[in-house]
Amino acid sequence: MKFEVNGHEVFASTGGRPFDKKKPLIIFVHGSGLTHMTWVLQTRYFAFHGYNSLAVDLPGHGLSSGKSLKSIEEMADWVSSVIDAVGHKEASLVGHSQGCLVTVECTSRYPNKIKTLSLMGGAGAIPMNPELLSLAENNDPKAVDLMMDWAHGPAGHFGGHPVPGLYHINTGTMLAKSRTIQNTLGVDFRACDNYKNGFEAAKKIKCPTLSILATDDKMCPVKEGKKLASLIDGSQVDIIDNCGHMMLLEEADRVLTVLKKFITTNYPPLSS
Amino acid sequence: MSDKKKELKPNTYKFDTLSLHAGYQPHKNAGARQVPIYQTTSYLFDDVDHAAALFNLERGGHIYSRISNPTVGVLEERVASLEGGTAALATSSGMSAIFLTIMTLCEAGDHLVVSSQLYGGTVNLFRLTLPKFGITCTFVKPRDTEGFKKAIKKNTKGIYGELVGNPGNELMNMPEIANIAHEAGIPLIVDSTYQTPYLCKPFEHGADIVIHSLTKWMAGHGSSMAGILVEGGNFDWMQNEKFPTMTKPYEGYHGLSFAEEFGPTAFTMKARAEGMRDFGPCLSPQNAWNVLQGLETLSVRMKKHCENAEEMVKYLSNHESVAWVSHPSAPNHPDTELANKLLPNGKGSMIAFGIKGGKDAGVAFINNVKLASHLANVGDTRTLVIHPASGTHSQMDEATLKFAGLSHDMIRLSVGMEDIDDIKNDFEIGFRAARKPRLVSNQ
Repeated sequence: MKFEVNGHEVFASTGGRPFDKKKPLIIFVHGSGLTHMTWVLQTRYFAFHGYNSLAVDLPGHGLSSGKSLKSIEEMADWVSSVIDAVGHKEASLVGHSQGCLVTVECTSRYPNKIKTLSLMGGAGAIPMNPELLSLAENNDPKAVDLMMDWAHGPAGHFGGHPVPGLYHINTGTMLAKSRTIQNTLGVDFRACDNYKNGFEAAKKIKCPTLSILATDDKMCPVKEGKKLASLIDGSQVDIIDNCGHMMLLEEADRVLTVLKKFITTNYPPLSS
Repeated sequence: MSDKKKELKPNTYKFDTLSLHAGYQPHKNAGARQVPIYQTTSYLFDDVDHAAALFNLERGGHIYSRISNPTVGVLEERVASLEGGTAALATSSGMSAIFLTIMTLCEAGDHLVVSSQLYGGTVNLFRLTLPKFGITCTFVKPRDTEGFKKAIKKNTKGIYGELVGNPGNELMNMPEIANIAHEAGIPLIVDSTYQTPYLCKPFEHGADIVIHSLTKWMAGHGSSMAGILVEGGNFDWMQNEKFPTMTKPYEGYHGLSFAEEFGPTAFTMKARAEGMRDFGPCLSPQNAWNVLQGLETLSVRMKKHCENAEEMVKYLSNHESVAWVSHPSAPNHPDTELANKLLPNGKGSMIAFGIKGGKDAGVAFINNVKLASHLANVGDTRTLVIHPASGTHSQMDEATLKFAGLSHDMIRLSVGMEDIDDIKNDFEIGFRAARKPRLVSNQ
């Protein structure tokens, strides 16, 4: 569906179901340089099981217009505005990687709006390798290749996608190259590198929170994810073996099972 | 210790490694080092909710082996990885891969621009069968790049061709024709059977969908029929209104828009969800496994095929019984420059040559070679020969044969991996017979 936030058109996948204001809202926030399509193996399930599932394209990403936002704080405010723009008062947030920084910041800023928070491959800070940052800011496709290498665990490098026939390293590469690299990945990496408030923001979070971490995650290692989770009251942690940072694709079924249990328990769907 | 800063390099696996490993994780398959053959029609659901989620594309997994199968899935991912594609869908043959591609792309009333130099079966599909479905085609000679542009109509939904045409070995200028297609907002579909991804990756030169008959070089052993379509993931289906079945809500999946939901894998998802569901040309797990055995040695075999082919080009070019030789490595081939650009790892192992004495000489040659096999296939590890005008392209009339660049003196040669001297010695027997077609025959 398309709607407007701050004068710019926003695209969000609704998981193949029409948006229905009566249903509780889940917003999925993608990682650096990526798009709503990274969530396809989670969003469709929720959309068909009593929720409004909204996998957004951040401004300047995927099918959304406007320019990429330059800070995590701006993105956090933007997510709050998305809730308003679609006519809801509250939502459950799900973030991946950079999307975790955004949703942590958003939840700390708008505690009354956010009912549950699910973090995948999250950390309190994501400092960037300076060379990788420079490559992305200079529009070098090598930045995407490096990101795809580091983002997939050893098992993920062989493939074995849950959807038959899909080769996820190449799919991720195409998503990251679908817009100009310096305007998406470059801006996002800089925003991640600049963001310092993650741990402080985490301390303010009071809603039910879940962290899904992966043993082979090189971008946001388990240790960093646990550190963030330890600052959030009552936070649950689930660790997936043999999996890298792209757990939402590498181990899509496991992620969906954990997410389903957590969200349906803490933020029940509209019963049919 | 050096204090020189180490340059960052992606460590994703390279071609030879992917041809052995891509698409398969032993730890998810009882530790089996070899890919298991999942000889099953169907798969248990955890519960009703799980079944519903699989049917509705809410989660990945297998339902019924007409739609997908774990062994076939390994092959699909492996070929996608080798081609640099996002996704692939394997089929029971190369022809079914072509048919499924066209049926996923087009509706009745649509039009395609097609290279005139194609495998005879493909020509028949485009010329005779697709019009029965309301899909028409305009054929353009492969070297007539501007002709492809001129042939595009308002209802044109794609350009189709073989990079090196069968059997005449004329090249189409893939990068320029890709630009023409993209300026018109339509995809370029390339049958890359002759090349395999070892010789050319069409996505790097602008193609959007790649098709293979896996029966040929990809498998190599000549034991199993198989085909595949591979998606590049770069084509924007939402850029215009030409592809409503990709972009508009699809009733068959509760209003799903394939392009919105699946982006760079939308075409394959639709081909599987709709095409495999409705037409069902699925690949058997046994044949998928057989093809995987061949794929493991693809680069080694292709090097040998190309080496032998170049030797045969030299031999044939200097032979008194040969009127002409067509192969992209031949010095007088009109497309040498383009071939050097698009086929840097080798020019393939398909040679067309004209035999002095015309059709009768050709028939005598074919009937008398002993090592080379006379059959309707290419890309076997063994050397194969055929007389196209009386075999693979025999269903064409004279005018179509001429337009497709075929002549009655043409022999199509698929150079195998035998010792090169043995192939040449065998050809000497054939040529001797061809010089006296009425005196020497094994008939």
